[in-house]
Formats: sequence, C-alpha cells, structure tokens
Amino acid sequence: MNRRTILLLQILVGLGFFVIWHFGTTVPMPNGKPLINPFFFSTPLDVLARTWKDFASGVIWRHLYVTALEMVLAFIIGSVLGIVVGFWFARRALTAAVFDPYVKAANALPRVVLAPIFALWFGLGIWSKVALGVTLVFFVVFFNVYQGVKEVSPTVLANARMLGMNNRQLLRHVYMPSAMSWVFSSLHTSVGFALVGAVVGEYLGSSAGLGYRIAQAEGVFDVTGVFSGMLVLTAFVILVDLMVSAVERRLLVWRPSAPTSTAQG
Amino acid sequence: MPQDKPSTVAGEYPAAERSAVELDAVKVAYGDRDTSYVAVARADLTVRRGEFVAVVGPTGCGKSTLLNIAAGLIRPSAGVCRIDGVPLDGLNGAAGYLFQADALMPWKRAIDNVAIGLEIRGVSRSEARERATGWLARVGLRAFTDRYPHQLSGGQRKRVALAQTLILEPKLLLMDEPFGPLDAQTRQLMGELLLGLWSEDRKAVIFITHDLEEAISLSDRVVIMSAGPGATIIGDYPVELERPRDPAEVRHTAAFARLHREIWDHLKSEVVKAYAQEDSR
Repeated sequence: MNRRTILLLQILVGLGFFVIWHFGTTVPMPNGKPLINPFFFSTPLDVLARTWKDFASGVIWRHLYVTALEMVLAFIIGSVLGIVVGFWFARRALTAAVFDPYVKAANALPRVVLAPIFALWFGLGIWSKVALGVTLVFFVVFFNVYQGVKEVSPTVLANARMLGMNNRQLLRHVYMPSAMSWVFSSLHTSVGFALVGAVVGEYLGSSAGLGYRIAQAEGVFDVTGVFSGMLVLTAFVILVDLMVSAVERRLLVWRPSAPTSTAQG
Repeated sequence: MPQDKPSTVAGEYPAAERSAVELDAVKVAYGDRDTSYVAVARADLTVRRGEFVAVVGPTGCGKSTLLNIAAGLIRPSAGVCRIDGVPLDGLNGAAGYLFQADALMPWKRAIDNVAIGLEIRGVSRSEARERATGWLARVGLRAFTDRYPHQLSGGQRKRVALAQTLILEPKLLLMDEPFGPLDAQTRQLMGELLLGLWSEDRKAVIFITHDLEEAISLSDRVVIMSAGPGATIIGDYPVELERPRDPAEVRHTAAFARLHREIWDHLKSEVVKAYAQEDSR
C-alpha cells in the first residue's frame, strides 16, 4: 500500500460523499421530489457558490479576521498564564497540594457554560470570546508545563547539578526546555481550543466572526449559509493546523520522533 | 611534612595527606526508623590522588550509593566523606560524574552539551564552543558536533558525556557503570579511550562496574562489595599490571588471569548470595 493509492482513495471518498449529496438533493425521484430535501441539507454547488460569493464580495474577510484575532489573543494569554502558573505549582509543592482540588474542579467544569457570564462581564465584543478561549487554553498549557517540569529525567538533573548549575541556570537550561517541549507537543490541542473558545463564544452572542455568521444563517433557516460557514471554518482550521505543524517541526528538532501530522498535504 | 601541624589528625590519618577521597565508616539508610532500608552498612575506602579504583559487586549492592556520597548528591546517615582531607558539605564541586543512564540534555547539540559547563562558569560562548570542539575531537567526534543526542549512537553519547565531564578538568572522576549499556566491542574501545585520556593527567577515579574483567584491565585497585542490603566492602586487591596498558591486550596475560581467578572466587559467593536474596523477595 503506497502513499499514492491512499491519497487516491482519500480523494475518492470525498468525491463520493459530494456526488451522493449532489444527486440526492437535485435529482427528482418518481414522486417528483429529490430523495434528500435540499431545504434541510442544501446542495454542494449552492454551498460552494455561496462561499465564493462571500469571498468575492469580501464580507467574509472581516469575520475571519475577528475570529483569528480572538484565537491568537486567547492562545497567547492562556499560554503565558499556563506557563507561569505551571512553573509556580511545579516548583512549590505546598501550593500545588493546596490548590489541587480547585484546579481539578475548575478543569472539570464545562467551559461553555461560562460564555454567558463572560458576555455579561466583558460585553459582546472580542474580549468575552478571548476570555472563554483563555479558560480552555490555560489548562492544556498548565498541565503540560507542570508535567514537563515534574518529568525532567533525574539523571539529566543530577548531571546538570554536577556540572555546576545553580537554581537559575537549572531553570533556564533544564526545566524550561523540558517544559516547553511538552507545551510545543500540545500546540495542536491548545491552538484548537483557542479556536473553539472563539467560535463558541461568537455563536452564543456577538456581532462578528465565523461563529456569528453561522448563528445568523441558522436563525433564518439558511442551511446553505450554515454549511458555507462550516466550510470556511474547516478550511481555516486545517490551515492553522498546518502552520502549527510547521512551527512544531522547527521547535522540536531535537526530539527523537517529533509527531508528524497526518496525511493531509 | 610540616612539624607544627596538629599531630592528632595527621598522625591518625597519614593517608589523608594524599587522599583524594576518603570514606570513613560511611553508612547509608533510606526511609524513617520503622521502614528503614540500609543500603550500605559500613564503607571505609580511601582513594589516593591519581589512583584508579574500580568497585565491583553484585547488582543492587549500593555501589552507586557510594559514588553519590562522594559526589555529594546524598549525605551519609553516619560517618564522613572527606575530599582532599576536608569533610564534604553539599555538592562536590571538584568531581566529575559520568552516569550510567543518558545524562546529556536532549535539547542541546553535542557541542552545546560539552560547552555548557564552561559557559555557566562565565567562559565566553565563543571560547567555550572552541574548547568544546577540541574535546569532541579528542573523543573522536569531530564530525558530530552539531548532532542532537538522539542522532548519536549509545557509544557516541557516552563519548560526549565524557567530554562534557572532562572539559571542566575535575580532580576526581566518578564513573557509575558508564559503559554498561554498550556492546562488548564498544566497551573495550571506550576503556581504551578512557585510559588514554586518564594517563595524560592521572586524576583520581572511582569506577563502578559489575564486569570484573573491565575492572581489572582498567584500574590500579579492585574493591569488592558484598551483596546488599547492608552492603560492606569485603575485599581490596591491588592490580599490579604494567602501565601504560592496553585494556584489550592485558586480558591475555597470565598475571591478569591469576588475579581474575583470585578475585572471582571471592566475588562468586557474593553473587550467589545476591541471587538468593532476589529469589526470596
């Protein structure tokens, strides 16, 4: 089984899906109606046409920009907080022990229920979405930093101390690289969560963004609009994921087997 | 010897004048009083300056514990460890430690792993890297300076570790089965490399191994430890083989065979004891 065969089959599956969708929604059956009601399922060509129109007229760019901005802000703020708190907890056993049940409780809470609260606190602009994304990203980064600091090989640590490193140097040359390697290898998850926070926040109440577009279309039973929004969102996610993979490959060159992305490209 | 020195210390421990390491009635126990596990019951060991001492014993006998004491990584529960006659408090800054497991920082290239010790001592980055390149060449890795540890073989990683330790010119070299995970041929080559580097300035060495042949072929003295728990030192054999020696060739001499037989007879009973203890666990 070589890569070409797999790629060919992958394309066939996608094509088959669209062909079934297309003929199911457009070819009339003996009773005069198509097998699948296009009111509920739209048609692939309509979705493509709508998407093309959105890009051609330029309305979609503003929404893409808003969603991307929210995602980036949520990722940066959540990561910085996660790294700082993760290091703090990993190096202070008492703090970690005291806060442990509260961290677990906060992480167990489905973050979506916070969206209305954040909308109340931060308004309907981008900051309520950023806040939602931060609560998701923070825990991913936090747990990885905590683990990364805790899981430093005792031999590497003892060796570094025998080489004469003081605490500050240990932090810089041993703990930090170890923790960051965990953070980098969870980039896909944390970036993904930043996007989830942004889109879900928009969906639940906003005036711009991809989530807002989808919610608007849904509100007027515009299934084509919903699917078109999902298509743009999916393409955006894949693009972001490819960029993350490229960044990851650069940052983790020293890893024995840096996780490779699945066969998308 | 200066006459005005207090005669008590100097008189009682004349060896302390020239000893690089002196373990004096060292005992190591882990855990609290109820669940205490005595790793080493009592160890008295003196390593003179420039002396290469090999410590041999069955698995789990606390050989590594002795090294960790001399390195200052752990404190003895009783007894004293003196370095150059001074009781050790905290980490032993004059010692270089070669670990059994991989101890290189996996996120640094070979050259940065070797240079880091100098860099944290305030040597400029360019000079540290230059000297590191020189050391990598001495251990035969000139072409591998920019590799990450995972891109090197086990033997090459050990050489980087050796360069990383020796670049700091430690007065005392502590080696914990450093060539243990390597295949037999690589071990011999590493032994040769080590003896070559050692003979240049003759540091004091404590070399832990479970391989008696390796111990005899490299060292000036072989020390035997009993099976743990509660291990003690039960034998001390001088190795009077000519130096400089080729650790591969010396194994074929009659003197080597005689010494090997003598020590092995002693060691065998301890190995059997260790196996019996493991079975009963």
